[in-house]
Amino acid sequence: MSHSPKKTYAMTIVDLILAGDLRATARLLRDIDDELPTARNILKKLYPHTGKAHVVGFTGSPGVGKSTLVDQLTTRYRQEGLTVGILAVDPTSPFSGGAILGDRIRMQRHFLDSGVFIRSLATRGHFGGLTRSTFDMINVLDAMGKDVILVETVGVGQDEVEIAHSAHTTVLVTVPGMGDEVQAIKAGIMEIGSIFVVNKADREGSRGTVRELRNLIELGLRHSEDASWLPPILETEGVKGRGIDELHLAIRRHKEYLFANDRGQLDEVLRKRARNQLIEALKDEALKTLLQRRQARGLSLDVLIRKIIAHESDPYSLVQEMLSEELQ
Amino acid sequence: MNGERKLRILVAKPGLDGHDRGARIIARAFRDAGFEVVYTGCHQTPEQIVSTAIQEDVDIIGLSILSGAHTYSFPRVMELLKENNAEDITVIGGGIFPLEDISKLKAIGIKEIFEPGAKIEDITDWVRQNVQPRRALAS
Repeated sequence: MSHSPKKTYAMTIVDLILAGDLRATARLLRDIDDELPTARNILKKLYPHTGKAHVVGFTGSPGVGKSTLVDQLTTRYRQEGLTVGILAVDPTSPFSGGAILGDRIRMQRHFLDSGVFIRSLATRGHFGGLTRSTFDMINVLDAMGKDVILVETVGVGQDEVEIAHSAHTTVLVTVPGMGDEVQAIKAGIMEIGSIFVVNKADREGSRGTVRELRNLIELGLRHSEDASWLPPILETEGVKGRGIDELHLAIRRHKEYLFANDRGQLDEVLRKRARNQLIEALKDEALKTLLQRRQARGLSLDVLIRKIIAHESDPYSLVQEMLSEELQ
Repeated sequence: MNGERKLRILVAKPGLDGHDRGARIIARAFRDAGFEVVYTGCHQTPEQIVSTAIQEDVDIIGLSILSGAHTYSFPRVMELLKENNAEDITVIGGGIFPLEDISKLKAIGIKEIFEPGAKIEDITDWVRQNVQPRRALAS
């Protein structure tokens, strides 16, 4: 053979993933999550095969019903004959580093469907609602040929808007009685929804929540440069399946809106996604490279940490020193 | 700062009994031991358990059972793992078992059985000592 066996093996893994092999895909996702350097080489080879899937994000506070909605929508997509990839994020315990990943409990009926791939992820200390690895994993599921990728954030509060930079369409889920108008006009989370869902709409106050959301959205649009998409507000009862057809349709309409119009909204979404991915990859690599170079010269971070604790220096000066040393 | 494997474990309850207190306690203990625990709830078929284990790329499956159906579900899980080339996943069991069944379960490849009275730390220690997180894919 003219090329090394190692190279052949790498090609095989990429081929396996492109062919939808479950074990290879599952292991690659693990390698990405564990930040193994080998995963990056495979990601490079998969990247040309990405860009086909519709990525839909679901975000909102813990317990509003994101997993149940994802489960219901998956059924609808499967009825249409589309394949589905699901990434569901749960929190890592800051104390033990462990996590209980329980989003699958609501998705049991899809476990035996070969057209559905579900992966549970732990935040591992990452803030923003996703994991550091989510974007790369979206690319893997995209490359393996999933038509729709549903990403469920960890239950978020007010400022975790990372999903809007990763998904084409963002569904913001809330329930009646979650908070007054002041909660909702805080910046951030309210501004990222392409579609708003008031789940558990059988509860008292649902109509009021819808009305409040509508007022806020219209107020927001008045100050926005681009008012070509009016985010719909839907009432659902995830457990009973009420409102799912409407949600399914709204997501499709948003996709059609993004892909059909000529005013550049898709470009804007793609630009945001690509920028986010580039910046994140740069941050990771730059930090890793910097620390590795220091380590190679026998300089440990501990020395600097102790300097800060002893007030011999400060984090700002030390970072400046490190950067000017390394960039010379 | 990178390249460190985190142990992933599936805690599953096969069969029809709905008493998942034990499974929840053990899931929590594994979390506190620093593992990532996929918990899927009650009433899982062996097929669902194995499919989940593969998609989630877990290192180990912990089966909790109180109904006596282990004579069907445990061998079936082992069979399906073999069919899917996933025999490298360690399987352990916890619950109530007739004494004579324990050796049979170990004979089909269940690595350890924990009975009532087993200490939580003994279980997490066993996992730490006996389960190695998997190697990376070659790039």
